[in-house]
Amino acid sequence: MLLSLLMLIPLVGSIVVFSLPRGKDALAKQVALIFALVTLGVALYLTVGMDNTNGGLQFLEKHDWIPAFGISWTLGVDGISVVLIAMTAILVPLGMIAGWWDAEDAGRGTVKGYFALILALEVFMIGVFVANDLFLFYVFFEAMLLPVYFLIGRFGGPQRAYAAMKFLLYSLVGGLFMLASLVGLYVVSGRELGKGTFDFEALTALHMDPATQKMLFLGFFFAFAVKAPMVPFHTWLPDAAAEATPGTSTLLVGVLDKVGTFGMLHFLLPIFPEASKYYTPVIIALAVISIFYGALLAIGQTDLMRLIAFTSISHFGFIVMGIFAMTTQGISGSAFYMVNHGFSTGALFLVAGFLVSRRGSKRIADFGGVNKVAPVMTGVFLLAGLSSLALPGMSSFVSEFLVLVGTFSVYQTAAVISTFGIVFAAIYILWLYQRMMTGVPSAEVSSTVKEINRRELLAVVPILAIIIALGLLPQVALKIINPAVAQVQTYVGVSDPTSEVPTSMPGSGS
Amino acid sequence: MIAALIGLPLAGATALLLGGRRTNAWGHFLAVALSASSFFVGLGLLIQMMGRPAEERAVSQQLFQWITVGTFQVPFGLHLDQLSIAFVMLITGVGTLIHIYSIGYMAHDENRRRFFAYLNLFVAAMLLLVLADSYLLIYVGWEGVGLASYLLISFYQHKPSAATAGKKAFIVNRVGDAGLAIAIMLMFTTFGTVTFTGVDAGAGQASAQHLTWMGLALLLAACGKSAQFPLQSWLLDAMEGPTPVSALIHAATMVTAGVYLIVRAHAIFDLSETARTAVVAIGAITLLLGAFIGTAKDDIKKGLAGSTMSQIGYMVLAAGLGPVGYVFAIFHLLTHGMFKAGLFLGAGSVMHGMHDDVNMRHYGALRTMMKITYVTFGLGFLAIIGIPPFAGFWSKDEIIHAAFGQNTFVGAAALLGAGVTAFYMTRMMAMTFFGEARWQDDVHPHESPAVMTIPMMVLAFGSVFGGMAMLFLGDIEGWLEPVTGFAQPANAISNTILIPITLVTVLLGAGYAWLRYGRRPVPVTAPAQVSILTRAARADAYGDALNEAVFMRPGQYLTRSLTWFDTKGIDGAIGGLAAAIGGISARARRLQNGYTRSYALTMLGGATLIAFVLLLVRL
Repeated sequence: MLLSLLMLIPLVGSIVVFSLPRGKDALAKQVALIFALVTLGVALYLTVGMDNTNGGLQFLEKHDWIPAFGISWTLGVDGISVVLIAMTAILVPLGMIAGWWDAEDAGRGTVKGYFALILALEVFMIGVFVANDLFLFYVFFEAMLLPVYFLIGRFGGPQRAYAAMKFLLYSLVGGLFMLASLVGLYVVSGRELGKGTFDFEALTALHMDPATQKMLFLGFFFAFAVKAPMVPFHTWLPDAAAEATPGTSTLLVGVLDKVGTFGMLHFLLPIFPEASKYYTPVIIALAVISIFYGALLAIGQTDLMRLIAFTSISHFGFIVMGIFAMTTQGISGSAFYMVNHGFSTGALFLVAGFLVSRRGSKRIADFGGVNKVAPVMTGVFLLAGLSSLALPGMSSFVSEFLVLVGTFSVYQTAAVISTFGIVFAAIYILWLYQRMMTGVPSAEVSSTVKEINRRELLAVVPILAIIIALGLLPQVALKIINPAVAQVQTYVGVSDPTSEVPTSMPGSGS
Repeated sequence: MIAALIGLPLAGATALLLGGRRTNAWGHFLAVALSASSFFVGLGLLIQMMGRPAEERAVSQQLFQWITVGTFQVPFGLHLDQLSIAFVMLITGVGTLIHIYSIGYMAHDENRRRFFAYLNLFVAAMLLLVLADSYLLIYVGWEGVGLASYLLISFYQHKPSAATAGKKAFIVNRVGDAGLAIAIMLMFTTFGTVTFTGVDAGAGQASAQHLTWMGLALLLAACGKSAQFPLQSWLLDAMEGPTPVSALIHAATMVTAGVYLIVRAHAIFDLSETARTAVVAIGAITLLLGAFIGTAKDDIKKGLAGSTMSQIGYMVLAAGLGPVGYVFAIFHLLTHGMFKAGLFLGAGSVMHGMHDDVNMRHYGALRTMMKITYVTFGLGFLAIIGIPPFAGFWSKDEIIHAAFGQNTFVGAAALLGAGVTAFYMTRMMAMTFFGEARWQDDVHPHESPAVMTIPMMVLAFGSVFGGMAMLFLGDIEGWLEPVTGFAQPANAISNTILIPITLVTVLLGAGYAWLRYGRRPVPVTAPAQVSILTRAARADAYGDALNEAVFMRPGQYLTRSLTWFDTKGIDGAIGGLAAAIGGISARARRLQNGYTRSYALTMLGGATLIAFVLLLVRL
């Protein structure tokens, strides 16, 4: 019941906030924040309550939904989904606090609408991470689009309608392919089991012939690659992230995009092990391209929000690479990377949002010398940036290195090339910092850019604290993630390569 | 106790950064106190260590399990042995002196608190670098000092040149960092572990090819951090930072981390001749390149920076010689840490008296106005050019000797380097302290306050006696041998012949410089009609021009064309499609008054169609 409850709380919250009378904006915000915090409490309770000796699904719930089609309300979490849920539940209230005034002057939306939509989005985001019936997953996957569509289309910047439509169409096309594969999978399972099913665990036990696997794999992969997004299916993201409010961008890039990589890890590998292995070379190549393409494009941007969006495309390249390396370090690293990326990109978007709302412009060239007028803001921005470039001491370093070392043990060339991605990360972050923060502030900057305030600090300081704490003590998250990674490897039937020189270290060979 | 070494300065950095303006008044005293306490803890540990027999001197402290993912297991563990304690004393000792000096040097800077916070942060990160017991933890310190260096180089943030220099240092360093990361990955797949003990134990069983690649990747890392060819270009620009920073980070400690890394990984280099040869070659090239650049610089700090490159080239060369050189690499590193820090502080003191002018052509005759600076700088000068019995003589002579044992060319390069060093350092002495006064208007040179001159005197004392103390009292060879191994160099030329040859070379270099710059007047503006060589040296041997032509311009072009391609190419193609669909759905929206339905309909219609086709194909 706990997982249903986890979705029920924000759902009720969303309805309550939406039903509040017009004009009670302050009340709507407070109620929304309370519901988000209660959800966070339950999510943390869930995370702490995980049995870390068990890599399978926990907190299972199973109820028939549409028995005629083998569709059920099957919820469950493993170590990977539970840390992503925790990340989501943390980012939602912090995003609300950061964007406390973002909906005030929006053209078409109301304040209560904005906060109700965010809670609705949280329902579906948790839904995709807990659904273990593929049809149910698909429903949440598509349902997630609606709140985002409205969040961008109603509360975004000047190009919001274009960006929202672009986002919707990309996702729809991806979703169509997934639906086709889903139906195919149902047919195949029916043929093999006598009765079609969408149940995740039942589907992992199927023995599909390789040709069928490959075809069905592609449908899912396309949907996930658009969502993640990987080059060349990425062009919706910069527009969406640039037009959305910073709070929405945080959830869009920090959480929503993870559904793509989460889907690859949680569904593709276990259900289509042979196809996954078959396509690995192509996907690793795409991942390496994404790393450098995203980084170079980030360097070339003149718009702050678009720049951050492109850095994410680079980061998603790392995540996908680690997943398809299929080693313990690669997969664990990727799962941890998803969490860390949510926090570091979230922090960047939020601080960038503070700056943009002050200066009234997203153009990087309109800033400069901010350090002089807002040193604390600058420091916070630098910390978020350093996390993005995976500085050791920050959690993102641990995950990026795990991905690299996990990939290196099976695909040396790809890992060595990707390692030089860290040089580009330094360029896009430090050059951005130089252009915005150093130098002598212009008259406009001096008069508009004020120091970060208490509410804003309340929103970003917890994120930065988590980033540093997890950098020092990554085991807090890794010990939850690791058992689930072993389970994925069992599904796929892979094991780690052994080292050239045999080790006598305790615990080796596990 | 080992953790306290790092913890004290880290606490200082945290307190000053989080404490904000409240700590403005006393923050710098806290920073000095914490750096000094770290020094005294280190001194206590050194005395304890000396009391134990050689094989029991190394101690470890496991703090907690840092990362465990499958067989990739990295403890957060510290390792204090004869090699790391030498660095601890250098870092905290010189570090504390420079903290004290900075009280005077930064007295009028509005961001003094932040400066001291970064200095403390640097000391903590550098101590982590030398105390880590695994290569991955070294990496944390490695990039940690890189961050501190970045923050301090670009400390004068209002100056675009400073911001650019800091960024450049970090980015060039990251190329080296990638090398370290690759070495660590290769260690993991080869040995299944990245701890020193595991790597040292397994090295003998690893394939030669893997050892060589590991060695080369570590060398790339060392080139980045230690400003060795071809990653040297950032160091000269790094002189944009405040002078105490140049002394501590970009002369005495951080830039020598590459040498530490190579010596620490000696188990790998011992077994790979190819990797060692590459190390020697890089060291020899850089020692000549740096000295060459140093001959034509009029900026006193850039002259010293070229000299630092060159001196680290000596250390790298020595480290590449294997067991005959490791000890001398570290010995020279320690003596260099003292005399070069002293020289930089002297340069800072001169600048302090000259309105922050760094152009030596505007100096001259300062020996009468700044007596303490003149004497301390002079003693550092005697140490660096290798006049007996000053510190640099002992360490540099051993390296030249070992280099001749390896190969005559390498030995000749080291010898030539000594002559050029004498030339550029004498030129610096002559232009700064001798000759006629060429001061600009409204400059009134004066000696610096005691808070600055006392650290200079302490370092000058080290420049005089440090070499002898370490060699004769400390028995540096016997002290380091249990960690690095030690072998007597094969005697191609005995020291009794080599020392006079070296001294004659040094005196020739110094004498020539004295004739050109001491005896003749120095023009206030640099002559424009100069040889190709002088022009090359002034332009840092075209390192930046090369980087710009090979990496930056093609990179900018690639970025610009990709940005264009992304919006016009990929997005244009898909956008065209999207626009078509968008047009249709817009019409659908008008018809149906709500996008939800049009969305659901489109989706269902399309999906049914595709599913249907799929079923047909399968049937």
